Amino acid sequence: MSSEATGAEHAVDEGGLVFHPMDQFIIKPLFGDGAVAWYTPTNATLWMGLSIVAIIVLLVLSTSKRAIVPSRAQSIAELAYGFVYKMVEDVTGKDGVKYFPYIMTLFMFIVCANFLGLLPMAFTPTSHIAVTAVMAMAVFLSVTIIGFYKNGLGFLGVFWISSAPLALRPILALIEVISYFVRPVSHSIRLAGNMMAGHAVMKVFAAFAAIAIASPIAIVAISAIYALEMLVAFIQAYVFAILTCVYLKDALHPHH
Amino acid sequence: MATQTHDAGQAVAEAPGMPQLDFTSFPNQIFWLVVTLVIIYLVLDRVALPRIGAILAERQGTITNDIAAAEDLKVKAVEAEGIYNQALADARAEAQTIAAETRAEIQGDLNDAIAKADAEIAAKAAESEKAIAEIRASALEAVEAVATDTAAEIVAVLGGKADAKGVAAAVTERMKG
Repeated sequence: MSSEATGAEHAVDEGGLVFHPMDQFIIKPLFGDGAVAWYTPTNATLWMGLSIVAIIVLLVLSTSKRAIVPSRAQSIAELAYGFVYKMVEDVTGKDGVKYFPYIMTLFMFIVCANFLGLLPMAFTPTSHIAVTAVMAMAVFLSVTIIGFYKNGLGFLGVFWISSAPLALRPILALIEVISYFVRPVSHSIRLAGNMMAGHAVMKVFAAFAAIAIASPIAIVAISAIYALEMLVAFIQAYVFAILTCVYLKDALHPHH
Repeated sequence: MATQTHDAGQAVAEAPGMPQLDFTSFPNQIFWLVVTLVIIYLVLDRVALPRIGAILAERQGTITNDIAAAEDLKVKAVEAEGIYNQALADARAEAQTIAAETRAEIQGDLNDAIAKADAEIAAKAAESEKAIAEIRASALEAVEAVATDTAAEIVAVLGGKADAKGVAAAVTERMKG
């Protein structure tokens, strides 16, 4: 409501072509116009809740028959399970399999939020750095804790590349330490940035569609970018999950 | 209402472009994110993943059993084929034995028949020779008789006195000669 009013105001101010590609990311309370307190149900809450519903439909309801010969929905659930399970097993090894539910949680949340966010008028929780940063920090902290818990101080070996020449090792160690602490930043910004950029670009083209002469190009471009965004929605979830696996592998087997 | 809208518009204008960097919404998002992730984790860990894992394991078991059963059947089929081939070979050998026996039997019969025929032919030939010898003997006798008579007549015509014994002896003498 407030953003519409703002849009109208801007339209009056500027008179010409008006678009607000970032308005779609504004956090709004679901009920009323009040301030956003930490407990207020907002559009972010709604779309996170919808992703929970999607996950329950996809993974719980579809498998309720436990059929040996699966239905379509059940095969999707099995496919998702097998995909993430194999990824965890391949990257982290057998001893990483017990972390599979956590990685599955992250992957399913991100993939559902990304795809639901592609619906028209939807809100994409994963386009917010607050959301992705919390997930990335959770991964970073748990991986670090697991690393020290499993290997003690031997976990520091992840920074000490024993295959490199001795003279280079301190420099490499410095680089490794920096890259280790940059991990959560890149991990979170990669996802949020991709989602935000795609949605913003679509919104910009949508605004161009209002101009008669440009509208055919704009509509074709929106279709093309929408298809690209479908790909990005999946790939970014996959990248987030597989990087989590890679970090976990470093924690479980710190020696290169 | 109008003032509120205006305030909101100003707030948006103050946060230039990026609602992502509006830190006032962070506690809200983080709270709801944690709630969401905990719910998803519980749903997955308690219900979905064990169920899907069980389904996959059950299917794997079924497939393994089916493959084992198929292996058994295959072994049985190979055995059956061996037995069939054995029976076929036995039957063929038996047929060959029977054929050889029959051939030998026929050969024996044939030999017997040939021997018998040879014997018969030999007997007939001997008989014929005998008959021919008899005929020849009787012919010689007749020739001797005719020669004797003729000689006697010739002697008589020539004016001699035919001594029957002398003529017969002379003819016999000539005939030997």
